Amino acid sequence: MAKKSSGTTARYNRWGYIFLIPFFLVYVIFSFIPLASTIYNSFFENYYSGLTQIGPKFIGLENYIKLLSSPEIWKYLGNTLIMWIGGFIPQITVALILAYWFSDPSLKLKGQRFFKTVIYMPNLIMASAFSMLFFALFADAGPINQMLISLHILKEPFKFMNSIAASRILIMLMNFLMWFGNTTILLLAGMLGIDGSLYEAAEVDGASASQIFFRITMPILRPIFIYVLITSLIGGLQMYDVPQILTNGKGTPAGSTTTVIMNLNQYLTSKNFGMGGALSVYMFIITGILSLVVFRINSAKKD
Amino acid sequence: MRRSMLSLLLTATVAAGVLTGCGDSSTHEATTAAAEGAGKVLNIAAWNEEFKSRLIDHYPGYEEVDGTTGKIGDITVKWHITPNQENAYQNRLDEILLAQDKAPQDEKLDLFLVEADYAIKYTDTDFTVPLTDLGITAEDMKDQYKYTQDVVTDSKGVIKGSSWQGCPGVMIYNRKAAEEVFGTQEPEEVQKHFSDWDKFNESAAQLKDKGYHVISSMADTFRIYQNNSKLPWVTEDKKIQVDDNLLKWVEDSKKLVDAGYCETYDQWTDDWTKGFYPEGNVFAYFGPAWLIDFSMAKDVEGSIAHEGGWGAIEGPQGFYWGGTWICAAAGTDNGDVVADIIRKITCDPEIMKDIVLKDNDFVNNKPVMEELANDDSYANEVLGGQNPLKMFCAGADKINMANLTAYDQGLLQDFQSAMGDYIKGSYNSVDDAMEQFYTLATTRYPDLTR
Repeated sequence: MAKKSSGTTARYNRWGYIFLIPFFLVYVIFSFIPLASTIYNSFFENYYSGLTQIGPKFIGLENYIKLLSSPEIWKYLGNTLIMWIGGFIPQITVALILAYWFSDPSLKLKGQRFFKTVIYMPNLIMASAFSMLFFALFADAGPINQMLISLHILKEPFKFMNSIAASRILIMLMNFLMWFGNTTILLLAGMLGIDGSLYEAAEVDGASASQIFFRITMPILRPIFIYVLITSLIGGLQMYDVPQILTNGKGTPAGSTTTVIMNLNQYLTSKNFGMGGALSVYMFIITGILSLVVFRINSAKKD
Repeated sequence: MRRSMLSLLLTATVAAGVLTGCGDSSTHEATTAAAEGAGKVLNIAAWNEEFKSRLIDHYPGYEEVDGTTGKIGDITVKWHITPNQENAYQNRLDEILLAQDKAPQDEKLDLFLVEADYAIKYTDTDFTVPLTDLGITAEDMKDQYKYTQDVVTDSKGVIKGSSWQGCPGVMIYNRKAAEEVFGTQEPEEVQKHFSDWDKFNESAAQLKDKGYHVISSMADTFRIYQNNSKLPWVTEDKKIQVDDNLLKWVEDSKKLVDAGYCETYDQWTDDWTKGFYPEGNVFAYFGPAWLIDFSMAKDVEGSIAHEGGWGAIEGPQGFYWGGTWICAAAGTDNGDVVADIIRKITCDPEIMKDIVLKDNDFVNNKPVMEELANDDSYANEVLGGQNPLKMFCAGADKINMANLTAYDQGLLQDFQSAMGDYIKGSYNSVDDAMEQFYTLATTRYPDLTR
């Protein structure tokens, strides 16, 4: 009897494995093999000069050293982080406020569903389309400039794309607009999960609204907060489409909006698999560490 | 049942493996079989519809089937059109050419188009066939402008392509503005105000006083300085070198922009094309025949071109802009047809004259162009009835294209991008911008050094 039942379990298990095949197949073909080949390629000098292939020649860690010793990569990393932080601070602030309002039953907000949908909307638009839109809006002869001139705020058009601050702020603004809805929903989920009796007890004890927020909501929300922070940082490090389209791939002015991934794209003309690979591996390591942190926090929560 | 499912899956996998194996072995036969002219499919790679429309209108026996296919006799013509954006055309072309040996006969590329900025990348390799191998002789090509042949001549002096176009450029000025500022709109008189760069700058100041920009953007004059430089972009030992004339462009443009004589737009943006209309207050653009006829919004009511309000003068210096060259791909199985297309479209005076009359293109045939230049009945409506061909002919004779390198396209782009930032005021000095240029250039071309 026991023997028979273990046989059925095994048979059931087999179905489990069969159902897993599609995922593993897709994962291996589209994620694992490219990942392995990226790492492999990063140890070679391998690119095209015109139609002639140079290499592949094994050069060990030379690509990695060359990349870190060039000043540009630090500049591009700086650009990326500045533009991420500039987008993230307003994003998390607005998201916290909105989530707090949505989750506070005493406010009795009307049309919550409607607003939750609306704030999420910008995320549904493709980043490149969004970027094109901003490019047209803020062009030298674009509607924003025309408006500012006809309102007599400006005398002549302000060249947004020629100013380091203005073009970075535009990118931050776009990232903020695209992602604050998503963050709001995540934080809201966290806040709704907090036991209502805690709030009631606090109110009975005479705590003020700000005390409740900082002493109860924030500490309980912390894991989700860190999750949001780190996933946003990972996304921020991979920032590409918005600045690429806004500056036509040039990272202008003066390379101040070139992100790390845009730099990766620059290696494409010569199909420079070696340097591109090395840069990707660095990004992979950073992202991997950050993901581990998230994983730790999430599993610690369960204990 | 379960077992049979699994075995089915296995069989499918094995079958797929066999199929790919098949593909590999058959290709080797194809390479050896690829010879003179027995192919059934003519594959053509291009980045826009221009050459296709030339074939449809002017190549005898070409029938259009649908958007991407046509027919010449029994041969099916297949078009592989990839837009130029972000290097996409070259990436695709490289991919096809590098796989050319292994491709089945009917999928081998037979003919492809290139531009001057990167022609060498293809002509100086074995991926292109010398025209003499196709039976096209120097005698066939004797009427072409020399520069068009220089562009596609490889490092051993072998001609690897041919063009039906010449693209000498002129300065295209706004007649009304000329009348207002200089008191005349006659080309001979206006030319006196722009005969060299010093005069150009003086006149720019006069134009500014009346509210006109002399040109739309400093990007407009780049081609002129670039075409008149003496050094190739890259030395023999793969070092990047920057010609003094290009530095002069930076200096002159900085002055123009700082004085408010022109703007800093990228070409082809909405801001840049504002000057095609009277409200744009732009005095002049620099361009060849195709700019006048295809790009200046002549079909749009209210544009200066629509009213015939432009005039053409030689301007401070001659230059060329654009042009398309036809190359035959190594491994073609339709050598005869490719040769015939090149002969008819780029060497046949009758057909080429027809192209000028129908499409206002400037064709690559000296006698034809000179005949039309002296023909008073030929008039360009956009230019208010002026016949600009004499000017174009003179320009085409002066173009010197011996300095091309395989890296020109990327270096041109990076140089303009870095220096553009300097001219706009994002860098404190030319040296900082130069630094940026070298960084971009060596990232793009790892085999180059500074």
